[in-house]
Amino acid sequence: MKRPGVPRRTTHAAPADWQNLFTRLAQTAKDPRLSAFYQAGAVAADTPLEQVPLVALDVETTGLDCRRHSIVSLGLVPFNMARIRCGQALYWVVKPVSELSSESVTFHHITHSDIRDAPRLTTILGELLTAMAGKVMVVHYRTLERGFLDQAVRQHLGEALHFPVIDTMELEARLHRRQRQPGWLDRLCGRQPTSIRLADSRLRYGLPLYQAHHALTDALATAELLQAQVASHYSPTTPVGALWS
Amino acid sequence: MQIELIEIRDHLQRFPPFDGLPEDSLDEIARQVEVAYFKAGSEILSFGAQIHELHYVRSGAVEIYRRSGALYNRLTEGDIFGQFGLLRGHKVRLPARAIEDSLIYFIPGRLFEQLCEAHDFFADFVEAEGQSRLKSAVDSQGKASELMKIKVRRLVSRQAVSVPLDTPVQQAARVMTEQSVSSLVIVDPQASGSEPSDMPATEQQGQLMVGIVTDRDLRSRVVAEGLAANTPVSQVMTPSPITLQADASVFEAMLCMLRHNIHHLPVVYRRRPVGVINLADIIRYESQSSLYLVNSIFNRQSVAELKALLPDLRATFVRMVNDEASAHMIGSAMSGIGRSFTQRLLELAEQQFGPPPVPYCFMALGSMARDEQLLVTDQDNALVLDNRFDPRVHDEYFLKLATFVSDGLAACGYSYCKGGIMATNPQWRQPLRVWKGYFNQWIDRPNPQTLLNSCIFFDLDSVHGETELVESLKDLLAEKASRNPLFLASLARNALNRTPPLGFFRTFVMEKDGQQNNIINLKGRGTAPLTDLIRVHALACGSKAQNSNERLDAIAATKLMPQEAISKLRYALEFLSIVRIRHQAMDLEAGREPDNYIEPEKVSASERYNLKEAFQVLSNAQKFLRFRYPASCSL
Repeated sequence: MKRPGVPRRTTHAAPADWQNLFTRLAQTAKDPRLSAFYQAGAVAADTPLEQVPLVALDVETTGLDCRRHSIVSLGLVPFNMARIRCGQALYWVVKPVSELSSESVTFHHITHSDIRDAPRLTTILGELLTAMAGKVMVVHYRTLERGFLDQAVRQHLGEALHFPVIDTMELEARLHRRQRQPGWLDRLCGRQPTSIRLADSRLRYGLPLYQAHHALTDALATAELLQAQVASHYSPTTPVGALWS
Repeated sequence: MQIELIEIRDHLQRFPPFDGLPEDSLDEIARQVEVAYFKAGSEILSFGAQIHELHYVRSGAVEIYRRSGALYNRLTEGDIFGQFGLLRGHKVRLPARAIEDSLIYFIPGRLFEQLCEAHDFFADFVEAEGQSRLKSAVDSQGKASELMKIKVRRLVSRQAVSVPLDTPVQQAARVMTEQSVSSLVIVDPQASGSEPSDMPATEQQGQLMVGIVTDRDLRSRVVAEGLAANTPVSQVMTPSPITLQADASVFEAMLCMLRHNIHHLPVVYRRRPVGVINLADIIRYESQSSLYLVNSIFNRQSVAELKALLPDLRATFVRMVNDEASAHMIGSAMSGIGRSFTQRLLELAEQQFGPPPVPYCFMALGSMARDEQLLVTDQDNALVLDNRFDPRVHDEYFLKLATFVSDGLAACGYSYCKGGIMATNPQWRQPLRVWKGYFNQWIDRPNPQTLLNSCIFFDLDSVHGETELVESLKDLLAEKASRNPLFLASLARNALNRTPPLGFFRTFVMEKDGQQNNIINLKGRGTAPLTDLIRVHALACGSKAQNSNERLDAIAATKLMPQEAISKLRYALEFLSIVRIRHQAMDLEAGREPDNYIEPEKVSASERYNLKEAFQVLSNAQKFLRFRYPASCSL
């Protein structure tokens, strides 16, 4: 079978060596939960995608700034290139440190009464890190998930959190930024730049429309999108290093 | 903590068989599902591979093949596959390939087995490669069967009031007033002791019924005729009236009254009267009020007045559909109404043109004769005249009569027959001897044109006039056709001209060669070819039955086909008919002109499965027909 060419990478010079980084972090991390997370290790950058254990992750937050806003819910679904395992999915609603804004409530529909008895993020961090251990995270728009999780771990455990991420939004951006984006004349004619939002990206692969802004549904939606992207533009033997950062 | 994937759960619960599962089962499936994406063209299941999960199409499209590579089915959103492999040794029987980019859900085999065990309908659904799914769809048709089940004796509220046949009419009238009944059973005291007395005590008291007298008879036959008060009631009674056995169903009672346009129906145990039921008794049970309609048909005095009943006719049809009457019941009721229109038009014609110069029988052909008429229907009719008919002297009268009826029927919504099979056509307005010649020729020397005729003329029944004329044609047909393998083979080949499609795919009708159409004629591709093949078998059995269900009864009484094959045909016919009927009712309610066409997007998910199965039954039955009446016979 002909392997499709790996798209030219524009944002990253060389594949990150997460394996080495994790070995080092395992020695320096002070919190036992964090050192266990790093000890589980990371796959080598040349591991074919079909052999990589993945976990799709999504967080819903009170806003977009990870320094001012906080997490209200998290959903994650373990998967690989062959199967998405809903049976092992996890989902939490947590009590945010910052106030729920009415603006964010309209997005994720998590209300004050939902969080009244919810646990604080710190109580579920251990379970979360265990679920992530040894796996490559898959998110749509890594800045958000990475930023918020790092911020949360800093707040609760006093240390930074590093982990490898495949960003399905970035994969879409690679595909569509290589094409000529519409100029002023095109826009005048109503031609829009290609949207790389989760729902729009999914549509291009014939994936169904889901209710957005539920952390678990979005995690599932992201997992499906990566399977579709790999089936369409890459191959199960593509090294994970070509996609992650 | 309960992890619930709402998107998965909500999707599953929209499609059969999952739509019938309780909430907690749906939650459990949604919790255990695995998901994978398949690019168009990729293989999902290969023949002989191990299979441990039920497959569910969440989006996209999948084709299922037979081992030979022939297309078996094309599936889309909400369809399942892999169940046959799961049920038979965990080996893939029917390979599957994505024909569009598809998202597939995998339901663990163990959970699948639990669901089959806990829910019969689920097991039936996934196992049904035969009739069971269709059977349950037909059986769950609901209330309709009530009318079929309830025995007519339940409607009898009191014992029949009877008088001996020598009672004077005045005394008979007094009895009726005292007992406040609108009919009297006339008995013959002399004939009583002659029957064996193996019946219950109450009925042993009864005497043999010889006639019936109604309020109306006293008015029209006694008062209007100026008969004396002491005239014996035997002179004005209706002798040997139509009766119904006590164990017949209410539905049969309804049909009987519809068919004969009678308002009082004596119910008998053997020949002893048990009671009399009248129109009101049935109407209390039968909300569809088709009897009301028939009643008003006979009160109309002109074509224009009859025509004004068209909205009532359509309303009755829709009401029966909404009341979940079976296709069999609706077909019978609509035929009864059609007959009543025809009978009333003939009465009006005779009033206008005078009594007929020679006896005649007005003959219904096709669906009306089979008691399977629906709303969208042509008039197919003919006149069988007494052999004394002399065209130069009599034909002017019968042409006027036929034209009056045919135009009247057209005005009432029974459009003219495009093939000209109407009594207005001189070819189909002939004395019995000519008709016998036609039938003999059609059977002895079939050709493509006469075979086409056979399909219409071999469903025949009298509507009005001398019933014997049409009965003798039925006798001839039943006797002759069964002994003529050449003719049966030709008729069988003719019945194979129209074949069913494979099934549905999204908004398309799927043909066996993979082609897709936008629309299906459910009559032409479903009920009509099914009726055609039932007719061939019935004629081979020498049956005189016209109704397809009764023909199947007749076939069942012989060893021609296994019982199971017969009940499959019965379910398939009922299901195809009821879908056709429902879609006509939907058209009517939406203010559209009803037709026999169905747009696949209007077919519900469960209807799709059952239709596919009904088409499969038809297809198999056609294969059997070809084998049973081989063409070589006709060479």
